[in-house]
Amino acid sequence: MADLLRRVAERSDTAAFRELYQTYGPRVKAFMMRQGTDAATAEDLAQETLFTVWRRASLYAADKGSAATWIFAIARNLRIDRLRREMPWQELPEERLEAAASEALPDEALAEKERQARVRAALASLPPEQHEVVVLSYLEGLSHGEIAARLRVPLGTVKSRMRIAYQKIRAGLEDLR
Amino acid sequence: MTITHHLDDATLMSFAAGSLPAALSAVAAAHVAMCTRCRREVAGLERVGGALLAELPPATLDRAEPPASAIWGQTPRPDVHEYPHRAGEGSDPIPAIAGALRGAAPAPLARLLPRELDNVRWRRLGLGVWHHRLAVAGRGGLGLLKVAPGRVVPEHSHAGAELTLVLRGSFHDATGRYLPGDVADLDETIEHKPIADPGRECICLVASERPSRFRGLLARLLQPLHGL
Repeated sequence: MADLLRRVAERSDTAAFRELYQTYGPRVKAFMMRQGTDAATAEDLAQETLFTVWRRASLYAADKGSAATWIFAIARNLRIDRLRREMPWQELPEERLEAAASEALPDEALAEKERQARVRAALASLPPEQHEVVVLSYLEGLSHGEIAARLRVPLGTVKSRMRIAYQKIRAGLEDLR
Repeated sequence: MTITHHLDDATLMSFAAGSLPAALSAVAAAHVAMCTRCRREVAGLERVGGALLAELPPATLDRAEPPASAIWGQTPRPDVHEYPHRAGEGSDPIPAIAGALRGAAPAPLARLLPRELDNVRWRRLGLGVWHHRLAVAGRGGLGLLKVAPGRVVPEHSHAGAELTLVLRGSFHDATGRYLPGDVADLDETIEHKPIADPGRECICLVASERPSRFRGLLARLLQPLHGL
């Protein structure tokens, strides 16, 4: 997928973009619908997310994260901006230039692929109650307090499940940092 | 800048997920901008979002084909920015706060903050404590808090999460000493009693999910801190 983005960035390759669009468009739409918005609004926001990918592809650098991670960050900020009508305080990855530059490795793109695989493996291995809080946070957009109310568990329980999930994901990446 | 007090792991994850209440996100963003460690953590946590997005069962797009490139323009144009109120381009200069945040304040936050920490229109709350409210859309309250050297911010417990980022001076409490860039990430289980260190007033950026509840004799006097 990172190759597709590179082709969009380097040659405005519309075929590569079409593939990205058809892979991620439906998922970004699903992501927006998980926030409780109607299908038409979710469709518009998915279009806008992919539109942003097209326009900003040249800013994307494969060593800073996968295409999915970059598209997630764009969709996340749009969701905060449009659905919550709040300020998206989270910067997009390409805005963190100095952080990436100071850590660049020769085969960084390969290492990034490995990191992605480790994150997926760590997520898949989480016990259901930890996986659940991660999903509610990332996909449903719920705060700690909202997750506690949804699951009818104490706030401290939500936070400790999240911390443990995070520690496991981080442990999986330890030797690749 | 040596930062020793970081955001809690659960706060970092919620921030990267985009699910932290708005006011808390503002302070988290300011800390992340100043802190290499937390910036790296957020980048790592965004991968979790990427992985979850990639695995989502797809919805059906009404427009199964991307619009013709004629509509979108022939070439990608990175110069166009999407978020009308974020983006650094053409935003107000941030000379003053740059001193406090080392030029690292995210652009929207820099615009929200007063130009000069010396020129803030403080509202006196008494007992060597001043407050300046910052308007932020969404959940929670955001403001600047100034505490005179050696003065105590009265004991209080939190009705929700609270983030306190030191911009100038320093304070200490039972959990340690906080210097510029340090963030106190405390939840409702912690009773704390921060004291500004002697020598210099301490200015902090403070966000709370809900208004703080002050206890004891000072409760009424400090009522204005509600909405802090």
